[in-house]
Amino acid sequence: MRRRALTAAIGLALLAPLAACSGESGPPTLTWYTNPDDGGQAEIARRCTDAADGAYRISTEVLPRDAASQREQLARRLAAKDSSIDIMSLDPPFIPELAEPGFLAPMPDEVAEAVSKDVVQGALDASTWKDELVAVPFWANTQLLWFRKSVAEEAGLDPEKGVTWKEIIDAAKDQDKLLGVQGAKAESLTVWVNALVESAGGHIVENPEASADEVKLGLDSDAGKAAAEIIGEIGRDGTGGAGLPTADENASMVTFQGDRGSFMVNWPFVWSATNAGVEAGTLPKELVDDIGWAIYPRVDEGEDARPPYGGISLGVGAFSKHVDAAYEAAQCIVGVDNQAFYMATNGNPASNTKAYDDPQVKEAFPMADVIRQSLEQAAPRPQTPYYNEVSTGLQETWHPPASVNPDTTPKESSEFITAVLRGEALL
Amino acid sequence: MSADVETRAPGTKEPGRAGKAVRSDRAKAEARLGWWLAGPAFVVMLAVTLYPILQALYDSLFQYRLTAPDDQKFVGLGNYQTVLTDRVFWGALLVTLLITVVTVVIELVLGFALALVMHRAIKSLRGILRTAILVPYGIITVVSAFAWFYMFDIQSGFVNHWFDWVPGISPDLNWFAQQGTSLFVICASEIWKTTPFISLLLLAGLAQVPTELEEAAEVDGATWWQRFARVIVPNMKAAIMVAVLFRALDAFRIFDNVFIMTNGANGTTVLSLLAYRTSIGRLEIGLGSAISVLLFLCVILICFIAIKLFKVDLASARGEG
Repeated sequence: MRRRALTAAIGLALLAPLAACSGESGPPTLTWYTNPDDGGQAEIARRCTDAADGAYRISTEVLPRDAASQREQLARRLAAKDSSIDIMSLDPPFIPELAEPGFLAPMPDEVAEAVSKDVVQGALDASTWKDELVAVPFWANTQLLWFRKSVAEEAGLDPEKGVTWKEIIDAAKDQDKLLGVQGAKAESLTVWVNALVESAGGHIVENPEASADEVKLGLDSDAGKAAAEIIGEIGRDGTGGAGLPTADENASMVTFQGDRGSFMVNWPFVWSATNAGVEAGTLPKELVDDIGWAIYPRVDEGEDARPPYGGISLGVGAFSKHVDAAYEAAQCIVGVDNQAFYMATNGNPASNTKAYDDPQVKEAFPMADVIRQSLEQAAPRPQTPYYNEVSTGLQETWHPPASVNPDTTPKESSEFITAVLRGEALL
Repeated sequence: MSADVETRAPGTKEPGRAGKAVRSDRAKAEARLGWWLAGPAFVVMLAVTLYPILQALYDSLFQYRLTAPDDQKFVGLGNYQTVLTDRVFWGALLVTLLITVVTVVIELVLGFALALVMHRAIKSLRGILRTAILVPYGIITVVSAFAWFYMFDIQSGFVNHWFDWVPGISPDLNWFAQQGTSLFVICASEIWKTTPFISLLLLAGLAQVPTELEEAAEVDGATWWQRFARVIVPNMKAAIMVAVLFRALDAFRIFDNVFIMTNGANGTTVLSLLAYRTSIGRLEIGLGSAISVLLFLCVILICFIAIKLFKVDLASARGEG
């Protein structure tokens, strides 16, 4: 009996590699590395496999939860020329880092033309490197200003007409309420700093395409000072709450949902999360009725805000054995119907404006029009191959928020990041 | 083994050497068999430890970024110069040393107490007691780090509410917003998790203390403390030193707790995290390898100090001395 089992095991071990070879003769199986979601990307993969009618199959592999770990895994695999990566869901700030060394397969012109049609500008900007579209815009995210109608009313503010940071800080302070902002030492802090600097008319990196030792930072400027003033004030006067130095997007949502919630800048997932809380009975029904939304707050009264941009674009691996099929599949994935489905079911906004006309989307997101407008106004984070250094360097110097000083922080962070990029300092 | 016994002259103090001079065929065959049995494991160990160490040494001499493979440049000891002249490195080293000293000292005291309890417990309780004490050690470090993080977290944690009667603790205390409080939670989690390990090693040492000595001291009228300080501790010095050495090496390489709880925020960056952030986060293989090599040298230094200066005898702790 034992001998027979042993023979069977050896036979299986010898035949298994042959089975793998035989897989190559059928339609190619494309592996799509996805970021974790509520199963939407797996469903789209299934739909596109059906639509391909035997031309290819798409299987999905899930990447780690946070964007930085996703980047680490993809960059290391691509540096080792991993041919199993056909399609990958990429966080926009990391696209240049993968495009610069040629880790992304060049996009055929006709594909670039097809996937740019009706797509919001923010998504196109974020998927472009050195004037070439290098990734296919999939979904596009942006932060809105979420407000408690009761608080705004008492302060005499109409956020839908546009408000400044100063106005919401004063309103929260006067009513002894808390602001929902992300002060944790994490990517969300970079998102905040970038939105403030861009809204004040500046840029964190002035020449994003430069090499590491020539990168010029724009933090030590009036825009950098304006950003530091806002963050420092919220950190010091307590309007961010005691949890501010460790507050990420989820933590600020919890603050906003609480009794002392007032205004919050956050991604649209908070809407579906709050509704889910009400349905589960953990949050009161009145809360949803008291929540309003508007475009991100301005830094200067006369200047439109540049809200944060996020989302996912699809890259095709340069070492994939099926580049053409992968681009074909990517076009299917970002189809308007799939984007509308993804937005309505998984809560991630579409990059294609046509998807916003879908009745499913309109029902799930009453603020769909504001999201679309915000995406048009949004500014991506610095598009540089050294984004990780810039972002981590910012987090080192702008954290905790209470320590941010407009006279010193922008200058110090500028010098520190420059030294890191030149290889003269550790991060 | 048996050959040694046969060739040993009565009273010979160094059986190993005496045996070497006239090794029988059987002894040689046994030695050969030993090599055949241990050889593959030894080769695997070389492949998975020595090779990466040599590779890291080599990489540390280059300016090499994983996403710019063509720009690799030989810089000699340049990376070491950058690391050793940077305050971030020295800050991380200091924090690592602080965590190592604090946790090892506290663990030694608590571990001793637990070992005594396990040693003296009545037979019927012994099994359950040992299991209970060992539970934290069986938990994966990342899991325990998350558990401690959520316990102290300002939003989800219960510590602030349970202990708000303690001066300094209030619902508004954000443990992970300052260096002192962050390090307190990191150390507490580390101590909770690894004290059982040290207590196990000490329990093995306690078992080696001859009961006759203790009984003799008791008959001579020694107090409990005298028996402990004069009889028990001196007789298990080797076990204590081995426990301290093992834990110190382990604590010096602390990573998980810091990574999960603060990710190095508020001056809590430790050496392992710095090496990780440079090699894996920034993909700067050259600079990161230099930090890893320095971390390795620090570990060797700790071993050297323990073995040469404090004369830790690893063999005697196993009862071979």
